[in-house]
Amino acid sequence: MDILQLKNTASQIRRDIVRMVHGCQSGHPGGSLGCADYFAALYFHALDYKLPFLMEGKDEDLFFLSNGHISPVWYSTLSRANFFPPSELATFRKINSRLQGHPTTHEHLEGIRIASGSLGQGLSVAIGAAQAKKMNQDNKLVYVLMGDGEQQEGQVWEAAMYAAHHKIDNLIATIDVNGQQIDGSTNKIMSLLDLGAKWKAFGWQVLEMQGNDMEKVVETLDLAKKLTGKGQPILLLMKTEMGAGVDFMMGSHHWHGIAPNNEQLAQALAQLPETLGDY
Amino acid sequence: MKKYTILGNNDTRSGFGDGLLEAGKRNQNVVALCADLTGSLKMDAFAKEFPNRFFQVGIAEANMMGVAAGMTINGKIPFTGTFANFSTGRVYDQIRQSIAYSGKNVKICASHAGLTLGEDGATHQILEDIGMMKMLPTMTVINPCDYNQTKQATLAIVDYPHPVYLRFGRPKVPIFIPEDMPFEIGKAILLSEGTDVSIFATGHLVWQALLACEMLENEGIKAEIINIHTIKPLDNERILKSVKKTNCAVSAEEHQLNGGLGDSIAQLLAQNYPTPLEMVGVNDSFGESGKPEDLMKKYGLTAEKIVEKVKNALKRKK
Repeated sequence: MDILQLKNTASQIRRDIVRMVHGCQSGHPGGSLGCADYFAALYFHALDYKLPFLMEGKDEDLFFLSNGHISPVWYSTLSRANFFPPSELATFRKINSRLQGHPTTHEHLEGIRIASGSLGQGLSVAIGAAQAKKMNQDNKLVYVLMGDGEQQEGQVWEAAMYAAHHKIDNLIATIDVNGQQIDGSTNKIMSLLDLGAKWKAFGWQVLEMQGNDMEKVVETLDLAKKLTGKGQPILLLMKTEMGAGVDFMMGSHHWHGIAPNNEQLAQALAQLPETLGDY
Repeated sequence: MKKYTILGNNDTRSGFGDGLLEAGKRNQNVVALCADLTGSLKMDAFAKEFPNRFFQVGIAEANMMGVAAGMTINGKIPFTGTFANFSTGRVYDQIRQSIAYSGKNVKICASHAGLTLGEDGATHQILEDIGMMKMLPTMTVINPCDYNQTKQATLAIVDYPHPVYLRFGRPKVPIFIPEDMPFEIGKAILLSEGTDVSIFATGHLVWQALLACEMLENEGIKAEIINIHTIKPLDNERILKSVKKTNCAVSAEEHQLNGGLGDSIAQLLAQNYPTPLEMVGVNDSFGESGKPEDLMKKYGLTAEKIVEKVKNALKRKK
């Protein structure tokens, strides 16, 4: 896909997100919207995945979402990438749905290989999958996305230490740095200080990118891929705006975990062109 | 009663270590992870034989559980090794989300369970682990009784594609299960037939139950001894069959009464065949430092205590 097509896909993903969250009047639109460009670039440009979906993920790139609460962006992306029909997005967070509030393997939703939601666990899982790929002489890559608030979990740093020590160089981890968490800004709640310096000190190769600039996202993902296989795990610090694409949702933690009403939905959709057809 | 000869003395953790080495030879997908307790878990032989399939994770148990879960995705069968305390309480949420709920084929292998850890004291003597693990949907809970059974259990779980909690201990204890007895997950073993009382024991308490059986026989009481090595899934059929004959029961375990084997049996009996049940275990207390055998006496986890509970059970029998 070229940059314009990726941007159009991201716009549809954003429409899906606000409609899903509106449909069940719950969920996390803010972080989901902020990561829409990354997900579009990941699944429609970077990731070498296979369909039909198989849990084993042999000879294909794998993606894990550690900050599982931004499930709307992942569900929309997976459906738009033909893992399952977009019509299923209408069941999000409703009873008997495969689209649980937080992603799970339990309902056998195609594209998902681990449950996430309780924060801090996804990096460890991604490392295990990456290490198993090495054992199997499978030279595909493993990607994982974490939140910035999630960096407050101790397990993340256990995993960071492990990955560098064991030279897990087939792994590209990304942190969504939107500076917000439930109770307020990360600076106010628990300062993360210089995340790049911390990850470098833990032995990782660190890259930075503007996560809401499609050219930059594509360029940085390409660069990251080139840096794999050199003995170091790779971390992308991705600066995003929570709520990106919907003006009244941007720049505040207010929209971390609440749903728009009818009027707000209409206002949001007016800013997001329908490009692939609504579900 | 059926007599059991002591075939030797060894720790159950060595049964695990030797089983793991054998499992590694039989199946190349078996991998092992350890959180800085390789010697204590007897994982050295595996680490030496299969250096590319052994992963030192340092003192970071939460990460170990996640890495193990991730390895299953590419078909590996990871065995994690640390003390029972750090295998469960410390990492409950990691096991719950990344292993049990995610349905990952991880074998959580836990040594130094219970009071017999000894001198290190209560910080390390977990007595709640069986309860925590059996509450998790999809989790299988196994607590073998001697070296031979632990080795066979370690081999048996390789070909069982589900999350497993395998619990074993530190001290050298009598070996009495035949070396070649195959381990059937979920199938209790009738060690000695009796008609007066059923004694259901797990782990280190199985040998104590056999000693109790002998003491009871001298008083003319015929006890049936059943080894419950798998606490979940529980062998309901075998337990009910026994109590329908004896009409009273005693459970024995190196664990809290709350949440342990006795608790599972009580649920089963209450719902299917109400029967007087007496329980040997730790009664809502932490442990303490001391020699394993002194601790077992102080906290009432002995053959003598089982005999006492049998007499109570017999009195309650209609």
